[in-house]
Amino acid sequence: MSTVVLLLFTGLGLGALYFLVAAGLSLIYGLMGVLNFAHGAFLTLGAFAGWEVARRTGSDDWGIFLLSLLVGAAAGAAFAAFTEFVLIRRLYQRHIEQLLITLGLSLAAVALFDGIWGTDPVFIQGPAWFKDTTEIFGARVPNDRFVCIIAAVLVLLAMVFFLKNTRYGMIIRAGVENRSMVTALGIDVRKAFTLVFTIGGAAAGLGGVLASHYFGYVSPMLGGSLLIFAFIVTVIGGLGSLTGAAIAAVAVAVLQQFANFYLGGTGDFVVVLALALVLLFRPSGLLGRTS
Amino acid sequence: MTTDTDASGVNSAGTGASQGTSTPGSPAGLRQTAGDGRSAPPAGPRLTRRRILGAAAGLAGVVLLVLLPLLNLSLPGVLPGPTYTPGSLQLLAMCMLMAAAALTYHLLLGVAGLLSFGHALYFGAGVYGLAIILQNLDIPLLPAMGLTLLVVIVLAHVVGSISLRVSGIPFAMVTLAFAQAGSVIVGRNPDGTTGGDEGLSLRTENLPDFLVGVVNTRNLYWLALAVLVAVFVVVTWVQSSRAGHAAAAVRENELRVRVLGLQPYLVKLLIFVVSAVLVSIIGMVFLLLQSGAVPRAISADLTITLLVMVVLGGVGSRWGAVIGGVFYTILDQRLTTLANSDAIDTLPDILRIPLSEPLFILGTLFILVVLFLPGGLTGAAQRLAERRNRRSGTRHSTAASREILEESA
Amino acid sequence: MTAAAEPRPILRIERLNAHIAGQQVVEDVSFTVPAAGITALLGRNGVGKTSTIKAIIGLIDRTGAVELDGVRIEKESTYKIIRSGVGYVPEDREVFSKLTVAENLRLAERDDAPRRQLVEELFPDLVARSGQMAGTLSGGQQQMVSLARALLNTNKILLVDEPTKGLAPKIVAEVAETLAEAAKTVPILLVEQNLHVVRQLAEGAVVLSGGRVVHTGDALEFLDDAELTQRLLGVSADPLAEKSAGKGAAL
Repeated sequence: MSTVVLLLFTGLGLGALYFLVAAGLSLIYGLMGVLNFAHGAFLTLGAFAGWEVARRTGSDDWGIFLLSLLVGAAAGAAFAAFTEFVLIRRLYQRHIEQLLITLGLSLAAVALFDGIWGTDPVFIQGPAWFKDTTEIFGARVPNDRFVCIIAAVLVLLAMVFFLKNTRYGMIIRAGVENRSMVTALGIDVRKAFTLVFTIGGAAAGLGGVLASHYFGYVSPMLGGSLLIFAFIVTVIGGLGSLTGAAIAAVAVAVLQQFANFYLGGTGDFVVVLALALVLLFRPSGLLGRTS
Repeated sequence: MTTDTDASGVNSAGTGASQGTSTPGSPAGLRQTAGDGRSAPPAGPRLTRRRILGAAAGLAGVVLLVLLPLLNLSLPGVLPGPTYTPGSLQLLAMCMLMAAAALTYHLLLGVAGLLSFGHALYFGAGVYGLAIILQNLDIPLLPAMGLTLLVVIVLAHVVGSISLRVSGIPFAMVTLAFAQAGSVIVGRNPDGTTGGDEGLSLRTENLPDFLVGVVNTRNLYWLALAVLVAVFVVVTWVQSSRAGHAAAAVRENELRVRVLGLQPYLVKLLIFVVSAVLVSIIGMVFLLLQSGAVPRAISADLTITLLVMVVLGGVGSRWGAVIGGVFYTILDQRLTTLANSDAIDTLPDILRIPLSEPLFILGTLFILVVLFLPGGLTGAAQRLAERRNRRSGTRHSTAASREILEESA
Repeated sequence: MTAAAEPRPILRIERLNAHIAGQQVVEDVSFTVPAAGITALLGRNGVGKTSTIKAIIGLIDRTGAVELDGVRIEKESTYKIIRSGVGYVPEDREVFSKLTVAENLRLAERDDAPRRQLVEELFPDLVARSGQMAGTLSGGQQQMVSLARALLNTNKILLVDEPTKGLAPKIVAEVAETLAEAAKTVPILLVEQNLHVVRQLAEGAVVLSGGRVVHTGDALEFLDDAELTQRLLGVSADPLAEKSAGKGAAL
């Protein structure tokens, strides 16, 4: 029982990280048709920015941790906004070329991070409470899991509120469904593009700081490894669906944890298998639009 | 896919289909022809002459490359030493193999419009498959290669038939996921078969002597050259075959191919498998050349490298793929040398850090090419030539490669 | 009555060409739309009527000249063209199925003082269903949403693409009535397959074939010319007996 609970919470924590990356990816793809390979770089930059805050202040209390979350999110958002505004926008409607740009950017960015912070992982300290455990049904769950889960739930709620209750949220939902009709109603949809990129970048940057605490280190490869699972999550959840991304993120991460423990470390393999099954029986994903 | 409506999933089937099938040509008389106007351009005398000239130039080039190990040529700044030295031959052989691998990627992207992010899986299957078989079974090279090929054919069919259920960008994601599974398995090192992060070194006992050791780099160079020429011939043949035409037609308008009674799915699967088989053979030669298997050979990075090569050279052009492969490989090698040089070390941080990262420079270069040189190097060359000729009516390869990119979306 | 008789057309199209994925779908099309009444854009299926409409508002790549109320707009992007006073009712309605009726309408409001009252009077059904997801509406109701989106704003012209497509005869009549009402205040360029609706509403007619304009003139005169209609539209010579492409006669 305690093992199951521990695996569940570890899976939920990992699922929270997947969601923070996949949410932006899914919205960006849904609205703009851009598969954003640079999303991992947004995350990595956020993680390093958060780590720099902790390192420069030399402190590991809660205030600094919250500040590092803020700085990480801001760094991710700024990088993402730059990407959309300077690079992606020039290739409006050319989806593959936009993808290629993000690909080149991710190569260049990761190499630059290598140059600045080195290729080796740097270890990170959070508030001491993170390393403690909380007992739930006999399982001793590390506290950093809860931080990830709570943060992701808050981000999900904030995004849903934004999408449901603001004019830009409405434009984004409409644009995911039928972008050209939004422009044909006299709306400049490009503003929504920048906005979606910025929001996605902020979520990824936040995810980066949290991931560095979840794994205990930051490295230039951090974003890339999470990105691939986030891709799988967005495909399983249905491209363009935020709720789909949330459900799929949890499902994928929990499945991965259980398979790793009970099926001899086959977690990654089982996830790919799940992807194959979803594609065979529901090619548009769990909550994706049918095409 | 230039219209907004077409690009946004839901509507693409409806509007794209009705416009595609009902108003293909401009004059009313042509509207009934279901055939494709673009994939079979009228082959005028000029085109034929150009083709012959091209073939002759290609042949001369191959002869020169065959003779290269016997010559004492120096290309300072490009090759580390004279052409007969093992170091230079090794680099040149690597160029050939990468150019050949880029060609197989061209078959996917440029011919069938399939943006795969999992091509490294088959390259890696060739590398690791052959290395593992040679390590564990006492059989000679050729049967071992045959066995590896068998594995790759099965693997490509399984992965291809699942991934091709989706198209465009979802296809890219799915192929990436499968390749990642392969890469993860190699990294996990099950029962010590793959060597994990360290990789596997090549067991040479059952190999023919002439392929082993630095003194025989020459032979490996010739082998790599032979592979490149063979792959080029096969790709050309596939492209001009019925399947190749069908694939190009599928890329442009899947619905119309269905109307013609062909199965787009099977055509794409065929191209996918052929391309996988070819790249796995290249992988096997890569193993011999490198005398070892490394995890990079099966990583997503390798696929991305191939994609970068094809785009640098110019999407949709065979020579583009070859040029892109050679250009990238040499540049990568040169930049790595540069990064470790003293001149860079003395620069201030703001210059030293970016310049000491070859991938930063290559990534930036790649972005610039995508932004400002559509059609890549061959496209740019062609534009220059056209500017000189000022002859209208010829089709820009720039436009062609842009269209391929849009169609694969 | 004919286009030429009007003092200044609201929309002038000169040598319009449009391409989709490298294929020419509109070829050298020129015509004008007078500043009042309904002008029908006719032609067989797939001759480029929808593409012409989309090219006018820049939804597909185009070249040539498009002049709205004396101002050239062919270089502008779609949203600016719409903002300069074009109401667009697309083929197949294209409502946002995952947005509510109210959200669909709110998205379309671009004037400072949208004509909500008018829309509420014209479509009382939509008011009752304002909280419903547009995707769950019937085809006729969706068409009302699509029309309402265009009528909310003060426009110089409405571009209405096959508003009766796939609708039941009773709804077709309602749509026609709404268009007749709207036409009192704004000129309309109407693509319509149902010739009874065209006969009922349209004053001028522009006929396309193979992406080109092959006939312009008075709508009724054109429809009464059985030989011409047969040749250009491929429908039965007797207008009262026509049942083209399965579209039921609505009158």
